Amino acid sequence: MADDKLNDDAQPFTRRYFLEALGGGAIGIAATGGVILTARFLSPNVLREPPSKFRAGNVEDFPTGSVTLNKEQKVFLVRANEGYFYAVSAVCTHLGCIANWKSEEGVIACPCHGSKFNKEGKLLEGPAPRSLPRFSITLDDRSQLHVDKGVVVGEEVILKV
Amino acid sequence: MIKRMFERLFQSQVWRSMFRHGLPESNRTRAETVFYNFFLHVHPTKVRKRSIRFTYTWGLGGLSLGLFIVLTATGALLMLYYRPSVPQAYWDMKDLQFVVSSGQYLRNMHRWAAHAMVAVVFLHMLRVFYTGSYRSPKEFNWVIGVFLLVMTILLSYTGYLLPWDQLSFWGISVGTNMVRAVPFGMGETISFLLLGGNVVGENALIRFYVLHCFIVPVAAVILMGIHFWRVRKDGGV
Repeated sequence: MADDKLNDDAQPFTRRYFLEALGGGAIGIAATGGVILTARFLSPNVLREPPSKFRAGNVEDFPTGSVTLNKEQKVFLVRANEGYFYAVSAVCTHLGCIANWKSEEGVIACPCHGSKFNKEGKLLEGPAPRSLPRFSITLDDRSQLHVDKGVVVGEEVILKV
Repeated sequence: MIKRMFERLFQSQVWRSMFRHGLPESNRTRAETVFYNFFLHVHPTKVRKRSIRFTYTWGLGGLSLGLFIVLTATGALLMLYYRPSVPQAYWDMKDLQFVVSSGQYLRNMHRWAAHAMVAVVFLHMLRVFYTGSYRSPKEFNWVIGVFLLVMTILLSYTGYLLPWDQLSFWGISVGTNMVRAVPFGMGETISFLLLGGNVVGENALIRFYVLHCFIVPVAAVILMGIHFWRVRKDGGV
């Protein structure tokens, strides 16, 4: 008796059920594949953006105590009074505007929402959450400065010339 | 004479193939006029007098739709002269202003209607809130309305980049940097997909163009269809 009742409740594995499962499964796999393909399609594989490494110029072009903005690369090249170099990002850490060097006040100031940084890139005031990052800077044998924006370095890293 | 002309028109096969019911002279034909017309069929056959009082709704939903239609028409015309690529976008916009006949008029109409739509949609939301029209059985329609507000804002925002001037560029730079603040590492991914890269450039321009002219409007039209249908089923106009 108990076995009969169990059999009544159990779904018999019919041909119709098999074909439905097969069809549904095929549609499901195709739909999943479609979603994955579309998601991958949306993410570009090749970017034609400016390269992260660039030549910043000759050492002689930068007097000591100068802060020079490379507009195209959005990087400040700073030569300290002591003569060493470092590269500070000009992209404000708040919402990505380009900050300017204000020589009268001696600060790097963002025009969008008023964040201020000192010439080491340290956050002084404003809504920016972090100081400006510093990038790797190197000197080649023809006294050209090279900056790599792909490599963020600590503020102890300086380039003595 | 004129009456006879109209009678002949109403009896002609062309007329009777378009309007398959008599003139709205009885309750039955009046109801049929609504049922058998594509543009009217979502209306209820009867509405409460109270709910069609102008000062109840202020016609704000209808105004939003009207503005959307104005924006679609002017937008489609603007598309004929605008090319979404970095060397051309800004100059095409300037050509629309100074070279194309009525271009300035169409562009301004598109811009003002866009501003007005954001305001009117928001006022519509306030009206619905103050008349308590979000309550059962209309809760879900309120939710659809919230999505429609989001669509309106997305349309405004994606259109913001298209003139490709300084305001556009920094507006989108700031906005997509805000997106980067989304937690769990999702922000970077969403921002990258929105811009099609790491900077506001060619990929970003074409993505915002496609979103602005096709993807978001289609989503908005679908949501609007459901929104209006539910308004009518719940006894509104």
